[in-house]
This record gives sequence, structure tokens and C-alpha cells, in this order.
Amino acid sequence: MKKLSTPAKIYLIVVFIILYAPIFYLIYYSFNSGGSMHDFESFTLEHYKAVFEDSRLLVILINTIIVALLSSLIATILGTLGAIGIVSIKNRKMRNTLLSLNNIMIVSPDVVIGASFLILFTMIGIKLGFTSVLISHVAFSIPIVVLMVLPKLLEMNPNLIDAAQDLGATKREVLTRVIVPYIQPGILAGFFMALTYSLDDFAVTFFVTGNGFSTLSVEIYSIARVGISLTINALSGLIFIVTVLIVIGYYFVTHRTRPANGGVNQ
Amino acid sequence: MRNRVAKGPLIPYIFWIVFFVIAPILLVVYYSMLDLYGNFTLDNYKNFFTPVYLKMTVTSFWYAILITFFTLLVSYPTAYFLTKTKHKHLWLMLIIIPSWINLLLKTYAFIGIFGLYGPINAVASVFGIEPQQILFTDFSFIFVAVYIFIPFMIIPIFNSLDKLNPTLVDAARDLGASPFTTFRRVIWPLTIEGVKSGIQVTFIPALSLFMITRLIAGNQVITLGTAIEQQFLVAQNWGMGSTIAVFLVLIMLASMLLTGRRAKGGRV
Repeated sequence: MKKLSTPAKIYLIVVFIILYAPIFYLIYYSFNSGGSMHDFESFTLEHYKAVFEDSRLLVILINTIIVALLSSLIATILGTLGAIGIVSIKNRKMRNTLLSLNNIMIVSPDVVIGASFLILFTMIGIKLGFTSVLISHVAFSIPIVVLMVLPKLLEMNPNLIDAAQDLGATKREVLTRVIVPYIQPGILAGFFMALTYSLDDFAVTFFVTGNGFSTLSVEIYSIARVGISLTINALSGLIFIVTVLIVIGYYFVTHRTRPANGGVNQ
Repeated sequence: MRNRVAKGPLIPYIFWIVFFVIAPILLVVYYSMLDLYGNFTLDNYKNFFTPVYLKMTVTSFWYAILITFFTLLVSYPTAYFLTKTKHKHLWLMLIIIPSWINLLLKTYAFIGIFGLYGPINAVASVFGIEPQQILFTDFSFIFVAVYIFIPFMIIPIFNSLDKLNPTLVDAARDLGASPFTTFRRVIWPLTIEGVKSGIQVTFIPALSLFMITRLIAGNQVITLGTAIEQQFLVAQNWGMGSTIAVFLVLIMLASMLLTGRRAKGGRV
């Protein structure tokens, strides 16, 4: 493989700097004893202390995490089953219709999803709050999972399933022992993608959250509309550390499985 | 793959499609034909074709096109160089990390960065440029939007570049193609699907942004997204909000047809 040229390296470095600069900017000023995001006065940890003393903020943080984990998990299960179902459809027209409907959700603007779910929940009579937010997050995560799992299913050699059935596997065994292990990387990617979307979502949540329930995005929005609060900076510092730890964990988990597979191939 | 798996897995999925894809769309269409008091009317559509809303639609489009263009301009080379690095998946992870940091936090950071006393103005003043308000301008709005969308554009492009068989590039070079021709005739056509999905995940959200619009552009920029939010949550006029949403969906469908990959029903 060719090595990267120097301009290419510089380009990548600049992109990385721009991507990370705002985050480090936030974290840097989280240590500022002055009350603003300019003119660094002196080092302090008081804003971090404030995060842990603000029980309202902590509740919101926990809510956000619960919604993200729970919705991604449900969406991953439903989406994976959906993708397997789609691939098994013989009728091409039917299959393409389902795929188009799936894509509609992906490309639908957040605002439209949020507004239409608001109408839906009001009509069915689901109270706005935790339930409505969770259902919405599951709903918009499913198509993402489907799209991540589908390519893996399509590249799978159908002979594998033939072989399993010839060797006497039941349909259930084919699913759990052949298909799922094969498409596992897709499922994992789908789960993480769903997690990303859920943690990042603002617009849909903003529409379907009631007065009592709030996620981090909605909370920061209402704070940011008023002005600057360094508690938020401290919070972003904490979130950044947790995110990096999760990513490192994810990287090691996915990398530890690879040598094992390589071993089998040799 | 032929039919070898039971239809069972499809049931919850179809249930989801009916309730959360089809029903919401129908509800929005239904509400778009109601006035404030729940009477049937087409006034909302008449309203939409007044200069106020038409101008807003055009501006939204223009901003979305600019945002998508700049995002692609930054993302494609980044994705390309990333696939050439040694630990490419690690580097890709590093690109994805910022997208895991809450969208609102990043936007919030820019309120400080672009502010009157922010670092940008501090650097500018070293060169003798008077501090000026960068926040609440078109530039800041587009910059922040591009910043937000870059990781989402990089991922699909990276994946399609990663799948690209490097021997094809070698073959093109061996047959005497210049780097530019190789790119134009081999790499670009083979990664166009990635670019298309990148555009899909950028253009439509860009058209309907309302959070960045409100926080970064103040009330300078009004997009279709801002208008829907305004109608639904402030004016409580769900009818007009739904009408704008209907048009947004129509635009979305049009752009899906333009960039839609024709699912080649399993190339097995």
C-alpha cells in the first residue's frame, strides 16, 4: 500500500483539529473560574462539582442514557428480524416497496418525524413523556439497523443455509446458528449507529417530550437559548471522557474477535 | 437468496412500518387539510403559495445545497485519505467520536467560539481586524451545519471506498491512466453509491434544520424546519405546520428518486 503524501497528512490533521477543536474548547473553559467562555481566569473544579450537585441535571442525564440503550436494543432486535424478513421475500416488487418505506424513515426530516409522531401520540392518547420519547427513538432507529444489517445478509452465500438445512438444522437453528453469527458485525454496527442517533437526537425528542420529561439535548437547548452556563461545559467534559472510553472498549472488543477468526482460517 | 427462512421475522417489522411510517404520513396529510378549529379546508395550501412561504422554501433549498456541497467537499478527500492510513478503522473511529458528542453541545460550543469575545475574533484582532459579530450570520450557520454533518457524510463514503478493490486502481494505472483519470473513471463511479447515501443523510436534514438555525443564526435564517417548529409548538397551528411538512416530504421524495439506489434485488 502506498504511503500517504505530506499534503494528505496535513489535510487529515486539519480535519481532525477542526472536528475536535469545539469539544476541547468547551472542556478548556469548564475549568474557568470566571463565568464565561472567554478570558480564562483561574483553574477550578467548581463547575464539575456543580454537575454532581445538580440532581435535576443528573436525572436528565440518566434518562438520556436509558432511552438510548433501551431504544437501540429494541430497534436492533426488530431491525435485524426485519432485514432477515426482507431478504427472504421472493416477490421483488414487495421487497422493493418495503425497502422504500424503510428509506422514507431514514430520509424523513427530523422535524417531520417529530411533528407527525406528536399528532400520532395525541391521537392514540399516549401521554407525552418517557414512553413517547422511547417509542419514537425505537421507531427512527429501526430503519438504520435494517440498512446496516442488509448488506451483510446480501453478501452471505446462500449455500451456507442449504448446507445447514441438509445437515438437519431447523429454521430456528439456521437463524441462530448460521445467519446471526454471520451478520453479527452488521448487527453490532447497527446497534452503535442507533445509539449514536438516539444520543444525538434533538428534533424528534423536542416535539414528543412533554413538560415533565427531558433529555440532555432538550435541556441544553433551553439553557443555550438563554445564555452560557459553565456547568454545561463541565458536563461535556464528562461526556467526552465516557464516550472515548466506550469507543476504546468497542475497538478492543471488535479487535479481539478478529485474531480468533484469523486463527481458524489458518 | 431464495425463500428459506420463515416469514415470522417480518411481522413486527411490518407492524412498525404501518404504525410509524405509513400512519404518521397519512395523519400529516389529514391535518394539513384542517384549519385552527378542525374544519376541513384547503386554505393552508393557498397560504403556502404566497410569496412568504415560497421565498422561505427557496432560501431553505439554497442553504441546504450549500451545506451539502461543502460537506461533500471536505468529506470525500478525508474518507479517501483515511482508507489509505495504516489503522484505518481506528482513524474512522476517531472521526466518529465527535459525532457521538451531543449535537447540542457542539452547537453550544460555537456560540462561544463565534461570539464577540471568542477565539476567532481574538485571533483576528492580532491581525488588526476589528472584532465583529460572526454569530447570527450566514457564514456561521453554514459552517456549523457542515461541521455537524461531516462525520455522517464520511462514513458511507469511507465504506464504499473501503470496499473498492485496489487491484482495479492498480489496473487502471498500469494501463496508463493518469491519477485524475483513474479517479474520474474508476474510483468515483465505484463509490458513487456511498456519495449518494452521504448526500441523502446531509441534504434532507439540512433542509429542515431548526435547532442550529435558532441558536447560531438567531432569527436571521428561517428554513422550512424552523417554520414547522414555529407552527406546531409556538403558534399551535398544526394545520399550517402539517402543510409545510407535506411539502417537505414531497421534496424529500423527489430527492430520494434522484439519489435513490435502485435496489437491484440481490445480485446473487
